[in-house]
Amino acid sequence: MRSNRVGWLLLAPTIAILGIFGIVPFLYVLYVAFHQWNPFGANPYMIYNGANNFRRLVFDNEFLTSIAFTLKFAFFAVLSEVILGYFLAQLFMKEFPGRGLFRTIHTLPLIVAPIVVGSVWRLMMTPSIGIVPYLLKSWFGYDLNIGRDATMAFALTVIMDIWHWTPLVTLTLLAALVSLPKEPFEQAQIDGANRWQIFWHVTLPMIRPAILATVFIRLMDALRTVDEVWMLTGGGPGAATRYLGLHIWKIVFPKTDYGYGSATSVIVLYLTLVMCWLLYVALVARRDQKRAS
Amino acid sequence: MRANRPVLSILLWTLLSLVTLFPIYWLFVISVKPAVELFTTPSVLLETVYWKNYVKVLGDDTLRRYMFNSIVISTGNAVLVTVLAFMACYALSRFDLAGKENIFFWTITNRMAPAAVFLLPFFLLFTQVFVIGEWKLYDTRTGMILLYCTFNLPFAIWTLRPTIDAIPKELDEAATVDGATTWQVIREVIFPLARPGLAVTLILTWVFAWNEFLLAATLTSFNARTITTGLSEYVTTTGTEWGTMASIAIITLIPALLIFSVVQRHIVAGLTFGAVKE
Repeated sequence: MRSNRVGWLLLAPTIAILGIFGIVPFLYVLYVAFHQWNPFGANPYMIYNGANNFRRLVFDNEFLTSIAFTLKFAFFAVLSEVILGYFLAQLFMKEFPGRGLFRTIHTLPLIVAPIVVGSVWRLMMTPSIGIVPYLLKSWFGYDLNIGRDATMAFALTVIMDIWHWTPLVTLTLLAALVSLPKEPFEQAQIDGANRWQIFWHVTLPMIRPAILATVFIRLMDALRTVDEVWMLTGGGPGAATRYLGLHIWKIVFPKTDYGYGSATSVIVLYLTLVMCWLLYVALVARRDQKRAS
Repeated sequence: MRANRPVLSILLWTLLSLVTLFPIYWLFVISVKPAVELFTTPSVLLETVYWKNYVKVLGDDTLRRYMFNSIVISTGNAVLVTVLAFMACYALSRFDLAGKENIFFWTITNRMAPAAVFLLPFFLLFTQVFVIGEWKLYDTRTGMILLYCTFNLPFAIWTLRPTIDAIPKELDEAATVDGATTWQVIREVIFPLARPGLAVTLILTWVFAWNEFLLAATLTSFNARTITTGLSEYVTTTGTEWGTMASIAIITLIPALLIFSVVQRHIVAGLTFGAVKE
């Protein structure tokens, strides 16, 4: 009557599309990574060269610099967003008039295209037309030039990311906070715990899974940020904001050195997965250890 | 629990809202100023509104083509993804398929992969492997519609699954007893009940496809270029036409703003792989 054949038939198109556009590219990039292949080079054919591409990568300074900058960016952006997002979520826990409206406004950046976010920040920060450099100059006499100042360019990419993604953290943590039971808090207050003790011993352990999930998602996204940063700084000045995605897109890709480019892509994918896995293990294992003792 | 100080909360949130809204307001300000006024003292207030930037953008054949492509690709992708996800979720929910939870989990891993990593393989596949005679998948709207399935289809399956699971099985069993075919059950029983979930999925996948940039920038050159790519071209090639760039950015932003109020409550669930429900 309800044979499983119908079920597989309904599922087949999904499996086919995700197979062709998910698994095939992955296997293909892995295959090309072990070859020397530059169609516009002296020898345009694919030649197997073992792990040579990977050996070259270890000494590729541009690539290593990009990894370092990407980690720095992800670290500062995600850390600030989680701290800020937690405080904002706590603020939303109180009742006050207009809460719904403020919440709507706060959600707005999430739906703005990353490329538009980059454009907006560029229009605000470009020295000749931007409002921010102008005000900094006339109020404090400070010259903000993201085309020249590497530290400021880096800081601004972080700030832009905070503007764009803190709302996600706020709303995620808010959902977690709302769902918490009231009793442990009341009990802690009766026992005379102060605010910090309540946060550390009651709130934090209970919302840890939510924080973990949020950090996980934000970290994955921060590690692959491309669009906004490209629009704001173009990866510059120098290589100061040329994060891994930009590095692949703007440096590796145009060189048509496909074998080497594939090896770079494989390593970036590997690093992303390893970092998230390490985070997961570090946080989950610690919790399990505590539970066991 | 704590003393309620509504005035303080309101003040703080007003300030935060200004920080959130100002960048978008500034984008609008730049888009309605003539080029000569931009380089005088920047002013936050608008005295006159100058619409010529928009007239220019909407009258530009290339940009109109990009907008048209964006609409075709987003709509094509959203419809395809929603239909496929609906079928897949029905199958996962109502049939006892071997290893279906593994399949379900596998779909999400497709969404987690960084796009930049797949630029090169996709480019090579689209220009050299997925080729039939003279016809390549590279720079076609079909190619982009299919490609966007890699991140939108997992998302759609994740958002739709709970909706389909929540529809009582007794309903389709009763219909089957009455002699309905699987197709009739899907059309007459499941579809009407799943409609709100389907609408949200359709809208959000549409926005994600509309907003996408990196893959479109690499895998199209002219025929299938999208508006987000057009926006980035304006910065890198001409550089100084800020007003035009701002008005393209506003046009790119409009669809998202229009539907924002409708799907506001579902955005967070969508962006966290359904890990968080509000």
